[in-house]
Amino acid sequence: MKRWVGPLIAVFAVVCLGLFAPAQAQTQATIKPAIVFSTGGKFDKSFNEGVWQGAERFKKDTGIAVAEFEPSNETQFEQALRRFAQRGQDPIIAVGFAQAVALEKVAKEFPNIHFTIIDSVVNLPNVQSVVFREQEGSFLVGVLAALASKTGKIGFVGGMDIPLVRRFQCGFEQGIKYANPNAELITNMTGTTPAAWNDPGRGAELARGQIDRGVDVVYAAAGSTGLGILQATKDRGKLGIGVDSNQNHLHPGNMLTSMLKRVDVATYESFKAAMDHQWKGGTQVLGLKEGGVDWALDKDNEKLVTPEMKAKVEAAKADIISGKIVVHDYMSNNSCNR
Amino acid sequence: MSLVAPRSVRRPLPRWVEIAVLPLVNVALAFLVVGIIARTIGVDSFHALKLLLVGAFGSSESIGYTLYYATNFIFTGLAVAVAFHAGLFNIGGEGQAYIGGLGCGLAVLALDRYLPGPLVIVLAILAAAAFGAAWAAVPAWMQAWRGSHIVITTIMFNFVASALMVYLMVNVLIAPGSMTAQSRGFAESASLPSMQAVLKSIGIAVAPSALNLAFVLALLSSVAVWIFLWRTSWGYALRTMGHNAEAAIYAGTSIRRMTMLAMCLSGALAGGVAVNELLGVHHRIVLDFPAGYGFAGIAVALMGRSHPLGIVLAALLFGALQQGGAELSFEIPAMTREMVVVIQGLVILFCGALAHLPRPWLQALFGRRG
Repeated sequence: MKRWVGPLIAVFAVVCLGLFAPAQAQTQATIKPAIVFSTGGKFDKSFNEGVWQGAERFKKDTGIAVAEFEPSNETQFEQALRRFAQRGQDPIIAVGFAQAVALEKVAKEFPNIHFTIIDSVVNLPNVQSVVFREQEGSFLVGVLAALASKTGKIGFVGGMDIPLVRRFQCGFEQGIKYANPNAELITNMTGTTPAAWNDPGRGAELARGQIDRGVDVVYAAAGSTGLGILQATKDRGKLGIGVDSNQNHLHPGNMLTSMLKRVDVATYESFKAAMDHQWKGGTQVLGLKEGGVDWALDKDNEKLVTPEMKAKVEAAKADIISGKIVVHDYMSNNSCNR
Repeated sequence: MSLVAPRSVRRPLPRWVEIAVLPLVNVALAFLVVGIIARTIGVDSFHALKLLLVGAFGSSESIGYTLYYATNFIFTGLAVAVAFHAGLFNIGGEGQAYIGGLGCGLAVLALDRYLPGPLVIVLAILAAAAFGAAWAAVPAWMQAWRGSHIVITTIMFNFVASALMVYLMVNVLIAPGSMTAQSRGFAESASLPSMQAVLKSIGIAVAPSALNLAFVLALLSSVAVWIFLWRTSWGYALRTMGHNAEAAIYAGTSIRRMTMLAMCLSGALAGGVAVNELLGVHHRIVLDFPAGYGFAGIAVALMGRSHPLGIVLAALLFGALQQGGAELSFEIPAMTREMVVVIQGLVILFCGALAHLPRPWLQALFGRRG
């Protein structure tokens, strides 16, 4: 019996789409959006999945189909972007900094197609570049971590050791020092290959090692590896900090907060703008001010965040937005020192 | 240890059946299972097969990509095969290709501003081969003089290579101000010309693809490997050692020297992947460009029966699967990239591990005549 449930739902969905999709298509300007994911794949529980969620929301709101492709190696970036462009898909979102070179090439070949790249900058009139100031969001969760820590020792577990992850770490460190100059940060990177994004076992091991050294708050900036890190902190009764999407729901009561990076909003907005003929090229740098990054406060962690902590974080947030605090970007000089 | 011919065969098959029919039956069996799986998840098998074939060979662009992937598989397949003929199981193609890329990239980055392009390219190709060979030489030395098993050491050297490259890319070679851990771009003149540009210069128009002159280099390497293995005394000594090391010693071959020779050649061939990827396509040093080609090379060598011609054909099949598979998941979202890996895995399973499954049937058909 169970075997038939899947196909039945599929048939039902197709029938529904067949009934409703044309009606919507007639009333709205149709676009043919497409996404080329990064090699992490769309269900990485963090970065790519955020984009996917944004696309799903767009699909639900508008009924417009979104074509997708998950490349299995870097050469397929260029190939997939070109194939989508040839098929007249527009706009096309390239997910991840690794696609920058491929996108630049393809965007020049198809000047009438609109491209959006997330996490990198490509300077062409038909390319919209969306980058985030992850250091600002990490700064805020760093402030929270320093305030919540009783031992004064805080842990950071990164995924693959690349500049982008060090940018998270550097912002986090600055936030900690801002709230408690005496606090100590212990850092581990999970690995040096892309496998480091998907190694929950090793993540848990690193988190346990940090906890053994007195750490009581751990920031996991490591994709799927983070799931193991957060599980380990929960098992030992310590606090974890999630990343990219709101992961507070994973372990209510043991999640101090999550550093939000709103790739879902960026995706949705890009499609929406294309649909409304409002699409613009150029670079968008999304920080705290633009709502591109933030910290998460919801019912799952409200008991852990005291009013004083909240006031202090919000004050830091206001200061960053007003420019009173400038969070140093690791990638501006490949160093955490200014 | 040898894959060249199974020893358990009592009634030999005619040679053409062995070389042509047996692999085809194996591939057909694999696709039969793929078809059943595709049907199970609700995809029309014949439509999918058509998409796969059209995706791999349907246009000059797709043929270009198929041959581009095949180039990598030829290099790694040859690398595995050369070591195989010496009785050595080189699993380190991945790391050797990676370090070959380091040599190739360093040569270009150091020289492309001072020397003419063609000279830089030749030096970069030599550097790729030299670095790949050097990376294979260490496990070879440990095997030859210390008896550390080469399977273990070459596997471990893949990880060392990966860690070393990430360290160098993130800390040393990264282009200043770059978001990505990649080096600065190579000078235009110091890149291998794409096949599109080459064919255009002689008046043939093809669509742009990743195919470049490294493909020709791969074919030349195949011929060179064949000549080396079957037409030189060193190649003879190397194969003797693979068949029977004691006999080789009795014949006066230095096992140590032959181990070094076989592994260095193997590593140098693996370095060819770097030539194709870095000099031919990316035009800069990037992370993770070997992308599993080193491991796939084992399957390619296995399927190609460790013969250069067989390897070129097997590499074509793998290239077609890679390219056609990508097109397949492009057209049918239900065929995800994981499904494409399943297809490749089944082909490897039937052509490698179960290679002799249809042998009794073929023997019943053709055996008496052989």
